[in-house]
Amino acid sequence: MAAEGGLQSPGTKTSSSRTTKVVAGFVRNVLPLALAIGTSGIFLLALGKSPAAFYGAVIQFGLLGTGWQRSIIMLAPLLLYGAGLIVAFRGKLWNLGYEGQYLLGGVLVVGLAPALTQSLPLALAFIILMAIGATVGGAWTFLPAVLKAKFGTNEIITTLMLSFVGIGITNMLIRGPFQNPEVTVPQTAVMPLDTMFPKILGSRIHIGIIIALVVVLILHFVLTRTSFGLRLDVYGASPKSALHVGIDVPRMIVIIFLISGALIGLAASVDMLGLWGTMRANWNPSYGAAILPFVFLARLNILASIPFLAFYAVLATGGALASQDVGLDSHFLLVVVALILVFMSIIEYIGMKRDLGQSYIPPGLRKAFASLLSRKNEGDS
Amino acid sequence: MDLFSVAFISAFVTGFIAASMPLLVASLGETIGEQSGVLNLGIEGVMLFGGYTGFVVTLVTGSFPLGMLAGAGAGIAVSLIFLVLSVLLGLNQIVIGLAMTLLGGGITSVLYFEHYSKSTPRLGKDEPLPIPVLSDIPVVGDSVFSQPTTFWVVLVLAVVVAWFLAKTNFGLQIKAAGQNPNSLDASGGSVVRTRSIAVMLGGFFSGLGGAYLALISTGAFTPFMTQGIGYTAIVVTMLARGRISWVIGTSMVFGLSVAIGTVIQLTDINLPTDVIKMFPFVVVITVLVIFARSAYVPPALGLPYTRGSR
Amino acid sequence: MVSSPPKSISTPILSIRQVTKKFPGVIANDNISLDLHQGKVHCLLGENGAGKSTLISILAGMQQPDQGWIEAAGQRVNIASPRAAMDLGIGVVYQHSTLISTMTVLENLMLGDTGGVTLDIKGAKARLEELGEMLGASIEGSALASDLALGQQQQVEIAKAMWKGSKVLILDEPTSMLTPQAIAQLEESVARLKAQDLSIVFITHKLREAYSMGDEISVLRHGRLVHHISDAVLKKSSEEEIKESVLDAMFGEDKASVGDKAFAEEISAASEAHHLRSTKSFDSEEPVLRLSGISSPDSPTETPVKGFSVDIRPGEIVGVAGIDGHGQKPLAELVAGQRKLTSGKIFFDGEDISSSGVRKRQSLGIRYVTDDRMHEGIVGDLSVAVNLVLKRIGMAPFWRWGRMNKTAVDQEAQHLVSSFDIRTPNLHTRAGTLSGGNIQKLLLARELTHEPRVVIFNKPTYGLDLKTVGRVRTIVRDFAENGGSVLLISTDLDELVELSDRIVLISGGRLSGEVVNDSAKTAERVGELMLGPN
Repeated sequence: MAAEGGLQSPGTKTSSSRTTKVVAGFVRNVLPLALAIGTSGIFLLALGKSPAAFYGAVIQFGLLGTGWQRSIIMLAPLLLYGAGLIVAFRGKLWNLGYEGQYLLGGVLVVGLAPALTQSLPLALAFIILMAIGATVGGAWTFLPAVLKAKFGTNEIITTLMLSFVGIGITNMLIRGPFQNPEVTVPQTAVMPLDTMFPKILGSRIHIGIIIALVVVLILHFVLTRTSFGLRLDVYGASPKSALHVGIDVPRMIVIIFLISGALIGLAASVDMLGLWGTMRANWNPSYGAAILPFVFLARLNILASIPFLAFYAVLATGGALASQDVGLDSHFLLVVVALILVFMSIIEYIGMKRDLGQSYIPPGLRKAFASLLSRKNEGDS
Repeated sequence: MDLFSVAFISAFVTGFIAASMPLLVASLGETIGEQSGVLNLGIEGVMLFGGYTGFVVTLVTGSFPLGMLAGAGAGIAVSLIFLVLSVLLGLNQIVIGLAMTLLGGGITSVLYFEHYSKSTPRLGKDEPLPIPVLSDIPVVGDSVFSQPTTFWVVLVLAVVVAWFLAKTNFGLQIKAAGQNPNSLDASGGSVVRTRSIAVMLGGFFSGLGGAYLALISTGAFTPFMTQGIGYTAIVVTMLARGRISWVIGTSMVFGLSVAIGTVIQLTDINLPTDVIKMFPFVVVITVLVIFARSAYVPPALGLPYTRGSR
Repeated sequence: MVSSPPKSISTPILSIRQVTKKFPGVIANDNISLDLHQGKVHCLLGENGAGKSTLISILAGMQQPDQGWIEAAGQRVNIASPRAAMDLGIGVVYQHSTLISTMTVLENLMLGDTGGVTLDIKGAKARLEELGEMLGASIEGSALASDLALGQQQQVEIAKAMWKGSKVLILDEPTSMLTPQAIAQLEESVARLKAQDLSIVFITHKLREAYSMGDEISVLRHGRLVHHISDAVLKKSSEEEIKESVLDAMFGEDKASVGDKAFAEEISAASEAHHLRSTKSFDSEEPVLRLSGISSPDSPTETPVKGFSVDIRPGEIVGVAGIDGHGQKPLAELVAGQRKLTSGKIFFDGEDISSSGVRKRQSLGIRYVTDDRMHEGIVGDLSVAVNLVLKRIGMAPFWRWGRMNKTAVDQEAQHLVSSFDIRTPNLHTRAGTLSGGNIQKLLLARELTHEPRVVIFNKPTYGLDLKTVGRVRTIVRDFAENGGSVLLISTDLDELVELSDRIVLISGGRLSGEVVNDSAKTAERVGELMLGPN
């Protein structure tokens, strides 16, 4: 029987010895990654590149020297982004509009930053800017949230469509009010380094990682130990049950979406204020699609997502530079990520067949689509 | 450019057709799959595979029909993966679909970068097939009735699909697989076989749609060129509820909004390109909001079938 | 369609030989052997969970036996799929409709056809007419399956089961949701089919029915065949004698555990149900709950409630009878607060609670035991303990400042598990792994504690084993004896007659009649009212 993401139930009906548990853990968590890397290596060979060279470069640029610092810098927004996806997915709400939410949050932060950092004390400016980023990200989920809460309109399509619109608006803002008057390329003004996040202890790492860790750890506590977290889990497991036990379902839907969008907007804020300091038109880092498999691998548990996202941060940071090194298109990483998703699914399937324990793909994931555009009274499933 | 000149309207209609057709083709495939209870979220990836394969084949052979066929074939091949994982093994359709989208985008992007990023070749225009007499009509003659053969083939295909779903035994089984797979199983049909064929047909059309986009609508392949058409096809499918006439109609509405965007660019109205690009999606959202309550979806959509589970 | 070569009547058309089927934790069929004969009705009698459904699914090709085999006319066969069963001439009509509601009758019937590419509509129409005559029923081919009454749907299901020509027709609990009129129609069809040499298997849990319908009876209990009454014995025994022997076989050693014999008879529907409560007079009391002309929103998938009014007084059990799907679920949800009122009002102790939410009504003492125990009542992946406090999330003493107080929760859970005899490995087991009966006890424990005043029960004993059925009914009775009020919604007429003080009828979402339960003729009167125009 599959467990919902994050619901902890010790004492399930299968009792395994310690070693079986450790082996099972290794198989489920590490094997998909290993298989994906192996298969992508074959693809590299077909292209005439050396997998060893490529992945060696990944480790070199991602971990060695100052590489690990760059990876941590990348990790900061990913933690918040991942938390945003986790909150929504635990409620079986498929917020796939993350790209639009991220870009809108980011562009408003980077567009308003010059004005705010020059007129206010820096710390205050940071707080206000992060709040703006989070608010914008959350606001961009509001329409899909309300449509779902009131009419049961399936959120996969509404969030996706709005994402495209959000990307368009972002570009308009960059070319319009936020255009850097000093250059001809469509880009916002570049934030001077002394108005961005300070670095930690003389390293390259900015304080964003600390902000991210604090926020996600608090969120983890809320999700796993409080009454709100339980309500979310109940709703995610079964909206019917949620209604039955007295949970205000429409309110819950809206709150989940707003939190999700806000976290993604906050991720963008941290990324802008800590790393980029500017945004070009048509720029889209597409973190969301890339970290989806890791969020699932972590069984939608924030604490567990940290090591997985760290792995991805190294892979992406090292991979971007390694791609250039061997003359490969950087989108190759998408292939690796997709393979992780596939192998993860297969291994989960085998695992379930052999009853190795809890699965990590929420079964409600498929039910969600079955209720696409269905009316509210018909409920889910 | 004079807004109502013959040449202008001609160009408008051509652009409208170019935008609608890939969507129409992809939606046909998605409809067949959806009616059988399978939701392919990887449609963007399949279209990209079809587009890239068709592009390469046409570039090498110079033949457009061959390219279209190759694209359709690639679509079938790729959806076999989806078939094995989601229909046969019963793995989660949404996760596998997302993986396919990523794979399609990633692999075609890497391959294109490898082979063509420096040369960026373009294909010529496909031979138009002027319909005698009709193609002499002013305005529509040049645009509607001088389309390449592929255009007409696609229209015929749409009619065939409509007939297939409504009037054949297999079409009935497809609908049953989506409405109530238990019933189909109890009637002696095979849910797995029905869905497998539906998925492969879906792959055929998605690949074909991608090929149409690359070969006919634009004349070249660019990484990630689908830009959301696949997701729009899903919306079209949902709204059409299996009625092919609606599939055609909704695709045309979308094509219209894209064409209007291009038109506006040519006039003196000073709207930024970003608004133009957003316009179709805004239209889709508006349509969704208005019609959200009346749309209906096969009850078994997205759920893998196992015999004996009731 | 399929011609059967002449055989002596003594050769069974189908034989089940030593069939055993196991599932994790339970032996569904244990070494079962029995024969089916042409032109005879063979009744399979047993309570819920006895193994009848599994046996049927094996004959239908949906499952394979772990041990044992099937013989068709003396030859061993392997029924590997529904198609194989069809080819052997085995047709099954399941308890829950397998018709596709959005398709027409003809489309549903044509679904099994494999010949040709295009749909053979003409051929199908001809066959439908042919079968209609055989059954003695007229069926409209172009009607949507969802528009048909349950009795008509069943006729279509029978036609479908016989579409390719049948030798064996299996009917799984066919009368469970039918009106008396539809039951009569079914009896006629069965008689006609018998006359045409079909072999009919009739599955039921009602002894009364087995006696009246069957030519031979096989009794299943806990997966085993515990008793067989042959054709010859059945013909020459009286109903009393059959009843005795079957009850002995069904309950044998633990008759004591089910209470006295009369009670055992009630639950096995061995005789007419009668009211087991002391008659009280309620006229003078003020109602605890008043439903005044309430209506629920329209819906494309179910019949809404329309202008329903009823009063429930302290200590009173009001039963709601009716054909399934005539507004029972919306009614329950309107009272519980899960659905919005489009018109009318609800009063509790004289106060208007029409706009109060689920939580508020719970705190007032209005409780709801849902019929959908697995997917609505509990959250299967959460522990038994958490499920027991699921309607109190955030409330003290279980939650303090938003944090869960595990000790308090466990204490409460332990108390409830003991007092309601919920069988579970431990408090932290996933609730979804419990048996149906224990899940129902969990729901009862949750709803009937912390000062309940009015409890809505929706199909409370559906699908449960006899022991739990008895216990649940006792709980309902005791609750009312102690002053609680009950709204008992059920499709089981026997249950309603046994427990209710008054029975109201719901039809098409409206109140269509009322019967005070003060005589032995209650069931009859309710049945008559149900016959009325829909």
